[in-house]
Amino acid sequence: MNFPILSSLILLPTIGALFILFTKSSSRKYQSSKYVALFISLANFLLSLYLWYVFDKNSVDFQFVENREWLSGFINYKVGIDGISILFVILTTFITPICIISVNATITNRLKDFLIAILIMETFMIGVFCSLDLVVFYLFFEAGLIPMFLIIGIWGGERRVYSAFKFFLYTLLGSVLMLVAIISIYWITGTTDVEKLYELGINAEYQNLLWLAFFSSFAVKTPMWPVHTWLPDAHVEAPTVGSVLLAAILLKMAGYGFIRFSLGLFPIASENFTMLVYILSLIAIIYTSLVALMQEDMKKLIAYSSVAHMGFVTLGIFTMTQQGIEGSIFQMISHGLVSAALFLSVGVVYERHHTRLINKYGGLVSIMPRYAIVFMVFTLGALGLPGTTGFIGEFLILMGAFEKNILVAMIASLGVILGAAYMLWLFKRVVFGEINNQELKSMKDLKTFEIITLSALVIPILFFGFYPEPLMNSIEASVENTLNMYNFDLINNLASKD
Amino acid sequence: MENFQYILPEIFISVSIMLFLLVGVFKKNSANLIYNLSNISLVILLALIINLSSLDTIYLFNESYLIDNLSNYMKIILVGSGIFVMLTGSKYIQVINLNKIEYPILILSSILGMMIMISSNDLIVFYMGLELQSLALYVLASFNRDNLLSTESGLKYFVLSALSSGLLLYGCSLTYGFSESTNFDQILINSTEFNYGTTFGIVFILVGLAFKISAVPFHMWAPDVYQGSPTSVTLFFAILPKIAALSVFIKFLYTPFANMNDQWQTIIVFISIASMIFGAVAAIGQKNLKRLIAYSSISHMGYALAGLATVSNQGIQSSITYISIYLVMNLAFFSCLFMLKRNDKYYENIEDLSGLSKKHPILSFSLLIVLFSLAGIPPLAGFFAKFYVFLAVIEQSMYFLAIVGLLATVVAAFYYLRIIKIIYFDPEKEEYETSHNLGLKITLAISTIFILAYFIYPSGITEIVSKITMI
Repeated sequence: MNFPILSSLILLPTIGALFILFTKSSSRKYQSSKYVALFISLANFLLSLYLWYVFDKNSVDFQFVENREWLSGFINYKVGIDGISILFVILTTFITPICIISVNATITNRLKDFLIAILIMETFMIGVFCSLDLVVFYLFFEAGLIPMFLIIGIWGGERRVYSAFKFFLYTLLGSVLMLVAIISIYWITGTTDVEKLYELGINAEYQNLLWLAFFSSFAVKTPMWPVHTWLPDAHVEAPTVGSVLLAAILLKMAGYGFIRFSLGLFPIASENFTMLVYILSLIAIIYTSLVALMQEDMKKLIAYSSVAHMGFVTLGIFTMTQQGIEGSIFQMISHGLVSAALFLSVGVVYERHHTRLINKYGGLVSIMPRYAIVFMVFTLGALGLPGTTGFIGEFLILMGAFEKNILVAMIASLGVILGAAYMLWLFKRVVFGEINNQELKSMKDLKTFEIITLSALVIPILFFGFYPEPLMNSIEASVENTLNMYNFDLINNLASKD
Repeated sequence: MENFQYILPEIFISVSIMLFLLVGVFKKNSANLIYNLSNISLVILLALIINLSSLDTIYLFNESYLIDNLSNYMKIILVGSGIFVMLTGSKYIQVINLNKIEYPILILSSILGMMIMISSNDLIVFYMGLELQSLALYVLASFNRDNLLSTESGLKYFVLSALSSGLLLYGCSLTYGFSESTNFDQILINSTEFNYGTTFGIVFILVGLAFKISAVPFHMWAPDVYQGSPTSVTLFFAILPKIAALSVFIKFLYTPFANMNDQWQTIIVFISIASMIFGAVAAIGQKNLKRLIAYSSISHMGYALAGLATVSNQGIQSSITYISIYLVMNLAFFSCLFMLKRNDKYYENIEDLSGLSKKHPILSFSLLIVLFSLAGIPPLAGFFAKFYVFLAVIEQSMYFLAIVGLLATVVAAFYYLRIIKIIYFDPEKEEYETSHNLGLKITLAISTIFILAYFIYPSGITEIVSKITMI
């Protein structure tokens, strides 16, 4: 067996966290802990880039597979990646150092604990995207609740307790049904190994119920309408870095789960429930966009926009077309970057002015010109202007949707317009206009570390917006393979019925 | 005569009890000495049992006493947790002035009773063991005799337990009457045909056992007894009688009544579901940590019983795994409770934990781990305990039981989260003492590491337990 590169990726942050735990923290604002955390997360990022470099983009198989006996006799610890998961792994390792750099601004107490929580969180998030066994997946998927609960609850805003509980219980409730489904799959097929399950397939009579059980978990996590209500609360109360992690990565677990498990394991059920997903996605797109228009709190507005964007993602996945799924993956990566950037931008002004209410701001362009520029890029990215990553994702999804169902595609297109409306209006109210609030004049423009983090996000948003080829290359083969398997299963099933 | 080597552990502990009693009477101020001696004798006892555990199934005394994989494993975890219970409680009973010679001796007698229960293969031997452990427990519950709550809990436990013992005896006599034997294997052979007498016998026996394991609807004593008893006794109550009662449960269901599983399966399913739901819901409003853990143990027993309801070896093994992990979690939780001490006073209300994390980061981290584990959140040990049970339950297609059980964990998660919230999110209070005795620290460290690192090598317990087969 070769060097276990995926396990190293998963474990490295935890080792870093243990290291921080056992180092004596001096009173100098925990500088050393922060450097350790930054070093570890950057090392992990470089490792994942190396992984991307050696990754064979033309192969449809899972690569770097590690398979170890774990629960003796029936469940193995199995990890591996394909073209779909590698992007999410890189997104995770990319966002984490940005979070750690941004910690400066928002976290004042118990910084050491916070860094440990973020690093542990990184372990779980990478684990989710790498695991090739349903039980291992569930383990990582659920374990992420613990650090996130603490991040919201300890370092959050006024209503942090309510939000943390809501986040935890909503997600747990969704997930327990998935556990029942996973165990049922074990007894039906005799394995929880994803690769083997792809080969074996699951009997059509069980698929509908199993699909629904998985759906209950992923729908909460995505979040889809009507179980999205935990998200605005969690986002508003979480510290900036918590919101970034939540929006950029946690929400993507569900989208990834839909592609990997719902489509991969239950093709017949996915076909049956397509209309349900379309309808919920459309409601999410239109309804939450309208709700976002009316928000007075910046973070809440972005949170609702996340729901709408994830609506596009689920819509794209269930078009079951090459464009739709590729668009969804692209949209998830793009949303990971853009929403992280938007939350950081809100964090920048919140840290200076201690309010997130939109009407307290205005005219920032003359006080903070640099901020105005980066914020504009992110706004445009969020509304999907050509030249940013947001455009490519939405465009592909709509292309896929038009192929399958014109009505759905037309309604979804309305969402694009609404998205432009709320984002531009937000931008106008915050950045342009008169300076009504005299206190704003004392605000300073971006500090060095803010420039670093925000420009680190601007670059990929613009670069991949103009040149999406590298990302598309890695996902293409895997998506094609997923779709082929999907169609093959469907045809087989039809044939067996006749 | 040569048979006596197999019950050497029981003989050893009986002799120790009598010896310690004599020492205690004739030597003044020997409470500490006896406490330590008892602990040492428990360690020797553990070694003796482990020494025997390599043997195959052995019937003794006219087939009324049975030593097999099940009894050996249960005795090992019983005595092992007994040692840790003694270790953690030693400082506590000194501080609250309970360090009398009777205390360790009662604990030893109760352990002896439980060992007999676990090994019994005959209704009469079983009842003897049961009564020996119960009588010791009545006294232990009211050991803090100057405390109103403690005497109340002792009395309450005595009255209700006597009632349940009566029902149990009635069930035993019915079973004897209709199957013409008190021997478990003989009952199995004689009860091939369905008759109402044996069914009633089963029901009464199950009621008695459900009382001992504090399963709904026979749980009423648990919260009061847990709260009223001295904390070290509560810890004892939370672990050891449960181990004994669960193994007796397994024994009764799968030896004498194995042919009548269609009769008792519904009962066990009902008890299990009721315990899971009630334990989860009733714990929400509690303010006292000991009371809360009483409700939590009710719901945990529901999960352990769910494994038994499956009528499969997998289910039995999952229940045994469950109780093994459950006892470690309880040890860890109570170790934390013993650390909430300030000026010779122990604190046991949830509010006393407020803001604990700021001054006592390690203690609060241990509590965090324990509570998430009790809630069954992966990757902690508590998750695996539940996972095994549901694996067995779903294997038998008992989806209703599985779904209700998992939904109950969500409800239960709420009150565990509430404690975590108070520890981590609330404003801090006064500091607690930080000097604790070594036994307590070691217990907490071992149990926390066990819970935290269980996922690295989860096969350990499973492999040992997989030797236990009843069907």
